[in-house]
Amino acid sequence: MTTRRETLRQSATVAALLFASGLFPHYAMAAFNKSAFDAKSLADSLKALGVGAPVESTGVTLQAPDIAENGAVVPVGASSTLAGVKQLLFFVEKNPTVLIAVFNLTDSVDAAITTRTKMAESSNVYAVAVMNDGKVLYAKKEVKVTLGGCGG
Amino acid sequence: MADPMRIRAQAAGGNATVRVLMSHEMETGQRRDGAGKIIPAWHITEVNATLNGKSVLSAEWGTGVAKNPFLQFTVKGAKVGDKISISWKDNHGDSRTDEATVA
Repeated sequence: MTTRRETLRQSATVAALLFASGLFPHYAMAAFNKSAFDAKSLADSLKALGVGAPVESTGVTLQAPDIAENGAVVPVGASSTLAGVKQLLFFVEKNPTVLIAVFNLTDSVDAAITTRTKMAESSNVYAVAVMNDGKVLYAKKEVKVTLGGCGG
Repeated sequence: MADPMRIRAQAAGGNATVRVLMSHEMETGQRRDGAGKIIPAWHITEVNATLNGKSVLSAEWGTGVAKNPFLQFTVKGAKVGDKISISWKDNHGDSRTDEATVA
């Protein structure tokens, strides 16, 4: 006969396991998505994020310099004039780690993020917008780098 | 722990532009030290921003974000005197939270 004590203990163990594996909804939301960041290509990373194939669109704008003097610090900005942007992502195609950052937006912020990225070499930089309705749009720009920034 | 973040939040037309400069090495895990050993990756993994305690932006970062990360975003409906709080967590389990008031 299973006692109440045993049932509680089992539930606690399952909860702890779920907690550790990051499957609790609350944590799954903003938890670090390691496989997306480990992916070696833009397509693989988007797949790991559970997001569909991207479509180039003028609804997303990427601000980045034509030439980056210092690959260790390259200012990049992503913005969208469209409503319903759920996430803004930055990718640098030729970096060892392609996915740079994922920004989860709420209704309280503009769909406009500026940050600084590292670039290993001259490469395409992508700003990707994931919309609430599942559409995935991107803008890209080629940024030339004079001095690589990933430690090489 | 790390140096405090520098946060500036400026109100303009019903919104506030927030600029944050964080202090963090953001090691990629690609560099080698003098002895030729790989310096392990050490980077901020999650960032959270709140306005008066309510989460407005969250982010996941990889090693590609530049050292001493800079972040700029605009919060809607922020007024002078509102509190902006930014927190980050890194892959060593360290974390840091700093606050600023919208000016």
